[in-house]
Parts: sequence; C-alpha cells; structure tokens
Amino acid sequence: MLEAQGKKRGVFKLVSVVVGMFAFGFLLVPLYDIVCEVTGFNGKTGGAYQETGKEGVDESRLVTVQFLTNKNANMPWSFRPEVRSVHVVPGILNEANFIVRNETNVTMVGKAIPSVTPFKAADYLHKTECFCFESQKLEKGEELNMPLRFIVDRDIPADVNLLTLSYTLYDITSSVQLAIR
Amino acid sequence: MNAVVEEHHDEHHDHGPAKGITRWLYTTNHKDIGTLYLWFSFAMFFVGGICALGIRAELFQPGLQIVQPEVFNQLTTMHGLIMVFGAVMPAFVGLANWLVPMMIGAPDMALPRMNNYSFWILPFAFGMLISTFLMEGGAPNYGWTFYAPLSTEYAPPSVTFFIFAVHLMGISSIMGSINVIVTILNMRAPGMTLMQMPLFVWTWLITAYLLIAVMPVLAGVVTMMLMDIHFGTAFFSAAGGGDPVLFQHVFWFFGHPEVYIMILPAFGIISAIIPTFARKKLFGYDSMVYATASIAFLSFIVWAHHMFTVGIPLAGELYFMYATMVIAVPTGVKVFNWVATMWQGSMTFETPMLFAIAFVILFTIGGFSGIMLSIVPADFQYHDTYFVVAHFHYVLVPGSIFSIMAAVYYWLPKWTGNMYDETLGKTHFWLSFIGINVTFFPQHFIGLAGMPRRIPDYALQFADWNMVSSCGAFLFGFSQLLFLFIILKCIRGGERATEKVWEGARGLEWTIASPAPYHTFSTPPKDMADAHG
Repeated sequence: MLEAQGKKRGVFKLVSVVVGMFAFGFLLVPLYDIVCEVTGFNGKTGGAYQETGKEGVDESRLVTVQFLTNKNANMPWSFRPEVRSVHVVPGILNEANFIVRNETNVTMVGKAIPSVTPFKAADYLHKTECFCFESQKLEKGEELNMPLRFIVDRDIPADVNLLTLSYTLYDITSSVQLAIR
Repeated sequence: MNAVVEEHHDEHHDHGPAKGITRWLYTTNHKDIGTLYLWFSFAMFFVGGICALGIRAELFQPGLQIVQPEVFNQLTTMHGLIMVFGAVMPAFVGLANWLVPMMIGAPDMALPRMNNYSFWILPFAFGMLISTFLMEGGAPNYGWTFYAPLSTEYAPPSVTFFIFAVHLMGISSIMGSINVIVTILNMRAPGMTLMQMPLFVWTWLITAYLLIAVMPVLAGVVTMMLMDIHFGTAFFSAAGGGDPVLFQHVFWFFGHPEVYIMILPAFGIISAIIPTFARKKLFGYDSMVYATASIAFLSFIVWAHHMFTVGIPLAGELYFMYATMVIAVPTGVKVFNWVATMWQGSMTFETPMLFAIAFVILFTIGGFSGIMLSIVPADFQYHDTYFVVAHFHYVLVPGSIFSIMAAVYYWLPKWTGNMYDETLGKTHFWLSFIGINVTFFPQHFIGLAGMPRRIPDYALQFADWNMVSSCGAFLFGFSQLLFLFIILKCIRGGERATEKVWEGARGLEWTIASPAPYHTFSTPPKDMADAHG
C-alpha cells in the first residue's frame, strides 16, 4: 500500500500549504504596515515622538509646512487649521492649532488620520503631541481647539523645502458604540 | 445462502454507473464528476453571458435605456464573478477530471469522495451568489475585484452572502487542486516519468499548485472584509487605522496568479491539439514545461502592476513594470513553439484546430496589449479604461474560453463515442470568431479615446464603436446556443468515433475505446512511448 501512503502524505503536505497560505494572507497586514513605516510609503507618520534634547538645530534653512484638512464623505463637522502654513527651523519644536466643531445636534466621535507628502519626508516629521493619537468626542455644537506639536528633523533631505501634512477627519461614532456594546 | 447472493449482487453493481439521479449525487467516478463540472460551467457561462448582454444592451446607445446605474453595477460585478469562478475555473476542473486520469493511465482520481464534495459545493456557492439579485439592496455592485471600502463600508447587505459564496468556491477549488496534485504525483502508470506527461497534465499540475497557494489568500481577504463589516475590526478602514490600499495589495497577490490559473490549462489544451492536426510532435516540449513553471513563478511577484495609479513610489513602479515585461519571455517561448509545431506540418482544419489557431493569434493580441499596459507612464492613461477591458477579454474569451471550446470539440468524440457535426462546428467557430473580434477589438479604440470602464452611460464620441461592440456581443452570445445544440446532437448520436478519433492524435486517452468505458486503466497501460504529443 505504498500508493495509499504516498497519497496520505501528499494530502497532509498540501493541506499544510493551504493553512500556511491562509495565515500568510493575514501576515501581509503587519508586513504591509512595517514596509510602510520603514519606507514612509503612503505618507504614514509614526506615533508620539519622545524629545531627546539631542535633535540638533539647523538654523541655515527654513522648511515650509502646509496644513490640509479634509473630511470624509459623510462627516458633518467643520475642521480647519488655525494657520494654513508655517515656516519652521529644522530641529525646533513648533505648535499649530486645529479647530474642529460638531455642527450637528447629536454627540459624535471623530478621528483624524494624518498623511505626509512627499512620502520621503514622512520619516522626518516628528509629532510630540497630536490630536490624531486619539479620537475626539464632541457634544452637539461643541467646538474644540486641538493642538499639534512637532519637530522637523534637521536631517530632512535638502531637496525637501515644502512638506504637506494632511488630516482626514472620519466619523467613527458607530464603531465606538460597537466597541462599547 | 442469502448473504452470498447479496454479495454477488453488490459486486455486480461496481461495473457500471448507478441508475437515476443518485448516480450524479453520489458519484465518485472521475468521468461523471468531469461531466458534472462541464455542464455546471456551461450553465454558468450562460448566466454570466446574460449579465454581459444586459451590459452591452445598455451600452448600445449613450444615455440610460434599459437598466439603472445601480443594476448596471450589479451586472458588471456578477458577470465577472460568475465567468471567472463559475464558468472558466470549473470548466478546467471538469476537463482535468475527465482527462488527467486517462492521460496518465490511472483508474480514477486519487481522492474520489473528496472529488464528489468539491463539485457539489459549487451549486450551493453559486446558488447563494445568484440569489443576492433578489435581496434587499441588490447583488454585489462593487466590481469583481471588490475593492474596499466599496465592498465593506458602502456595500449592500448581500455582501455577507458574497463572502460565504467566495469561501465555498475557494474550498471547492482547493479540494479539487489537492486531488489533481495527489493524482498526478502518485498515480501515474508505471514507467511514466514527469517529463513524459502530456502538457495538459503538466499545466494542470502547476495550476493546482497556484490554486492552493492563492485561494487561501483570497479566503483571508474576504475574511478580513467580513470582520471589518461585522466585528468592528479595521483592516481596510482608514478611520480605524487600516488602509484601503492594503486590500488591493492582498487582493492582487491572489488576483494575478488567478489570472494564470485561468490560462495555464488552456496552454496545455492548445499544446495537445496543435500537434494532432499538424501531424507533428510538439516543438520544444521541455521548454514548454519550463516556460509554464516560469510563468507560474513570475505571477507571484508582479501583482502591483494592477495598481500603478494608487501612489506607489517610483522604484516600486519600475520594478513591477520590468518584472511584468519579463513574463512576455516565457509566454513568447510558448507562442513560438506552437507556431514552430505548425511549421511544415500536414495541417488540416477541423473545428478544434480552428479554435486552437484562433487562440494562438488572439491570445497573442491580448498579450501584446498586456505589454502596453505594463508600461507605467502609458498605464496612467489606460488605467480603468475600456482598453483594459479589451485586453483582459482578449486573453480570457478567445484565450481561455476558446481553449475550452477547442477541448470540448477535440475530446467530445472520446466522451460520447460519436463525432460532432463538423459543418455546424465550423459554423459555430466562425460565428464566435467574428463575434468576439467585433465585440472586443473596438473596445481598444474607445479605451484609448478615454472611455472609462464600469459606467452605464458615456459621452457621445464613443457611441459608434459601442454600438458595433454590442452587435458583436449579441452575435457571440447567441452563437453559443448553437454550441449547446451541437453538443446535445453529438451526445444523441452521429457518426461512430474510432478509438483514436484523430489521425494524428497521441496519448493514452486515445488507446481506449470510444466512448471511454466507465472504468478505464484498471490495469495500468505499458507503452509510454507516445504518452505525450
């Protein structure tokens, strides 16, 4: 019964390939995040940055940082930056404010997702404090001043003199409720 | 005494098929299951075809005449899903079931019971998928590629049924593939080495490996969708920290090998038919095997050429562009080999050969437009236009589907014991050939002129070619009724087929009687000299 044994071994091997590839499909998710983080593809910015005090300042140049605010299709809030753009010295901590207002008659939860262009600049924008690290819950008609504190790394490539930090605001009320339930 | 009689009775049963419907429900016979797959796929071909004719009827003229945009989106989506998963793939599995055991001199598939399951899952999967047309919110409307968030946040409620249908057809394909691999690796007649296998067996072996590698990834991606929709995860939702572009990467990691799953068995069929009617051995058998394996390998590392416009960094675009172009090399080897096989052959042009030659020419046209699409800067113009539609229909319809039709005509005498009607067969070929070219060739023009795909209405400058295209589609669609008629006529009777059927045929399946007996090769064949063409 050599043939029957061969079949059994074959089936076992192939089923393990199937299980392995199913797992690999899910493995692609963290893999994708890692690739994006390492390379800055997609303009993904990192999490909260801890100031080391050794950043070093490059007084010789100024980098322009533009702020863009977008709202996802169904988001009824108003959302705008206090100033549209700032000129910053690489290595120095800056602050910018964003104003958000719930224009509806119900309590809602929103969350802003950041993205940086050009992509290769994403790794050089360090946010020590950002409203995008958490979500915002606003009562009806409530307005909120949201701070952002950031450092542009002095190692930012010389050809990047303008970078755009864009936020897209999403309505996550339903998913927050789902999580509570 | 009674027991002895009973036993004898049971033994007797094994010699032929059971009677009535249970023959088909419980069958573990590879020929029966092959037949079931082929009829199922033919039925789905008509369902998908009706969707396609709905699309072409709406596009006959600019403006909205027949269906609303919501319904139009459902038609394009269901057309794609049914044709890919319901028509083309099951047809190839059906051919594998019928032919692989006969070609390698095995009595049956390795896992006959699982073979039965893998077929009978399919009617349920597609019953569920097609029933979504009747549900509130309608059928899937997000395209056969079901990009998130169209298929998650903005999807109709029927998406859950779509997901389970995909799971079921995935399980079916995986079981079918395991069966094919185990059969080929364990049940070849003694003396048949791997490099003596017919190319249809080779291409199916490689296809089956592709299937077990990527169908689980498809299952994974629809599972992630299911979790995003019902369990509050955020794989593809930007608001929750996920990324819709991730969906496209995972989908196309499955999707590109899937494209080759639908064409590699076709290469095997054509490599069987052309030598028969050219009355020469296949030119470059070894290079055919290596080319098939290279194409399969390359299919895993080119997926992002479907998504050049999502914002991939330049280095990535260059890599995927060059990697994609490399595929033209093994594919070119194959086309060269087919042409070289015909070169100075004593060719005759029976229906299977006509389909095979049309395959070589038209598939190559589809391949060339594929190379055009692989060029990144040009792709930004072609992306999501009718040029893409023309490209993939040229490789799928006169590619995969013509090869399936060629296979049916070629092996039908072996299956039924009767010759099909040659005049009607040639008529069917010419109607299909003209229909297909009238349908899809003009789509190159309107695509280059800028008509986007997946729209129910269009600007006036595209009107003329759309009308031409719709006329061709109806010609092609209705010609398939003739195909159905020819097959039924052949099953019911006709000139008796000989064992060998075709003068130039080579391979073990031509050494057994026509029609092929219910059980073949219960004792393995001995002569392997002519095992492949």
